[in-house]
Amino acid sequence: MTTPRSIIDKIWDQHVVADLGDGRVLLHIDRHMLHEVTSPQAYAGLAAAGRRLRRPDLTFATADHIVSTENGRTDDTVPGGPEMIRALRANAESTGVALFDLGDIRQGIVHVIAPELGIALPGATLVCGDSHTSTVGALGAMAWGIGTSEVEHVMATQTAILRRPPTMRITFTGTRPAGVSAKDMVLKLIATIGTAGATGYGVEYAGPAIRALSMEERMTVCNMSVELGARFGLIAPDAVTFAYLQGRPFAPAGDLWERAVEAWRALASDPGARFDAEIELDVSSLTPQVSWGTSPQDCIGVGETVPDPEREADPKRRQAMRRALDYIGLEPGTPIRDLPVDMVFIGSCTNSRIEDLRAAAAVLKGRRVAAGLRALVVPGSGQVRRQAEAEGLDRVFTAAGFEWREPGCSMCAGMNADRVPPGKRCVATSNRNFEGRQGPGARTHLASPATAAAAAVAGRIVDVRSFEGGA
Amino acid sequence: MPEPVNRITGIAAPLPRANVDTDAIIPKAHLLTIHRSGLGAGLFSEWRFDDDGRERPDSVLNQVPWREAKILLAGENFGCGSSREHAVWSLMDFGIRCVIAPSFASIFHENCQKNGLAAVTLDEAVLAHLVAVVQATPAATMTVDIEACRVTAPDGREFPFTMDAARRQALLEGLDEIGASLRHDAAMAAFEARDRAQRPWIHALPTA
Repeated sequence: MTTPRSIIDKIWDQHVVADLGDGRVLLHIDRHMLHEVTSPQAYAGLAAAGRRLRRPDLTFATADHIVSTENGRTDDTVPGGPEMIRALRANAESTGVALFDLGDIRQGIVHVIAPELGIALPGATLVCGDSHTSTVGALGAMAWGIGTSEVEHVMATQTAILRRPPTMRITFTGTRPAGVSAKDMVLKLIATIGTAGATGYGVEYAGPAIRALSMEERMTVCNMSVELGARFGLIAPDAVTFAYLQGRPFAPAGDLWERAVEAWRALASDPGARFDAEIELDVSSLTPQVSWGTSPQDCIGVGETVPDPEREADPKRRQAMRRALDYIGLEPGTPIRDLPVDMVFIGSCTNSRIEDLRAAAAVLKGRRVAAGLRALVVPGSGQVRRQAEAEGLDRVFTAAGFEWREPGCSMCAGMNADRVPPGKRCVATSNRNFEGRQGPGARTHLASPATAAAAAVAGRIVDVRSFEGGA
Repeated sequence: MPEPVNRITGIAAPLPRANVDTDAIIPKAHLLTIHRSGLGAGLFSEWRFDDDGRERPDSVLNQVPWREAKILLAGENFGCGSSREHAVWSLMDFGIRCVIAPSFASIFHENCQKNGLAAVTLDEAVLAHLVAVVQATPAATMTVDIEACRVTAPDGREFPFTMDAARRQALLEGLDEIGASLRHDAAMAAFEARDRAQRPWIHALPTA
């Protein structure tokens, strides 16, 4: 009898090209995604060393971080931006890499388009110079973020040097209550185990509450794996995965599809597979989550109050909490509900897919954004934007007073012109509430799309479950 | 290609905060470049400079002698957040050659290795001691010996650390990692041929 293996073991074993003899291996990379911020220096390094791009056919590029999200946009964006967009374009062209350029409906946030175009596949290894590459683990891929030197390494060798990571299984049990989203699940997880709770681990998300998620909801969960410190997070592929992928432009078709699905079915962790760590979280009494501080672990239920650092036993944690409260401008004991907000941002690789937009629009239908509040909705890709327009969601957003924008990272990366002004408070569907993340001095509260939409209407943080149409 | 690093002796600056993220190490305004050089100006810029670009005197790296630091004494989970290698490039451009912390975020740790920035792990208690010593005697130097895997504090006390053999070797030799990997070309070709038969959908993509 063979030893039971986890999905991570199976994908790993299938990709080892060479054993480097010291615990490290060269692992084959099946798909490499490039964007404009972390690839130019890698291309420059490759050229300086006189090396070629080994597998342009497995490499895909798009511009997302610094692009303008204004309607009618051009290459023109923030200073330095056009040079980066043009470098990406010239590099892709000279090396024969497929580029989803501005103006192409396939352009969008790299982690939104990789699944949407069927580039990311179950059992595949996929890397990108961006920490939220973990998003596409939702398809059952092993996908992780890398730095620019590693981008260059993958360009030259189509492999990455890796040490087998310890594995962790995170099992979500119970049934999610109405009005509680996948975003709330992952925020609660991070609040529970902390931003270093899974440092270095390869994570498999499992359990009935994960299986019950749609493909897009699974992407939201896997997206934030890196906020747990994990190297990657994935979900075993199943019928939901296959239904999502079938017919997508770069997914296999015909006989090849049948063959692929057969191989993908065998990826699930064997009964009895060992993990180095196991965590279980019951979602039955979960409530909508909102962050109060400057780390994704600083999350509480929408009905709770801002915690008091003086009640924290760990002195380092206490100090970090004080600093977070000082930056975010909140007092301990303040209910997070009813906190006035200045801006709302719906977008980012965490929550810019069609289902996220539908959830927000359901709350906004027939309502208006509060006076004086600025609200942006930024679809994750050209295809999401077109789909939303076909469903009339754009009209719901604009009638409510939201800006309906072109696809990109927008206010999540804060590298483009979309910023939260200093001292202003923003409810964002993105993944990071770090100091300065949405702009210097910006105060970010992480939440789900429905919670963000409800906050836009109320002009303050509200419990979307008590909000008509929100549940 | 990283330069070989054997022993680092210099001023050590204390920055013992937990979860310092790469957005803090190099704020996004400094990422708008297609070059690796000159990023030291952006290092911790939102902490080091006020809105008018003036230095904040209370920022550790603006203070004498810490503005000359070669070593940074950091808190746990240093370098969490974005994968931007600019964080490492900015530390190095500023003059930092070694970061000592109780733990590092994974991607940042890899990025350090690829650039020859020594990332040394010591436990909390030792770091607390080192921070206390450098705060008492800021101008005294600290030595990080990669070969001997030992930190010598300004007070003369020595602390051993462990470092993965491959990481240590890469620091000592300044390896060309891509060049080394390319020596496995035959294995790559063999893998691709075998894998193309087993998983054709990975290698023969529809053109779109």
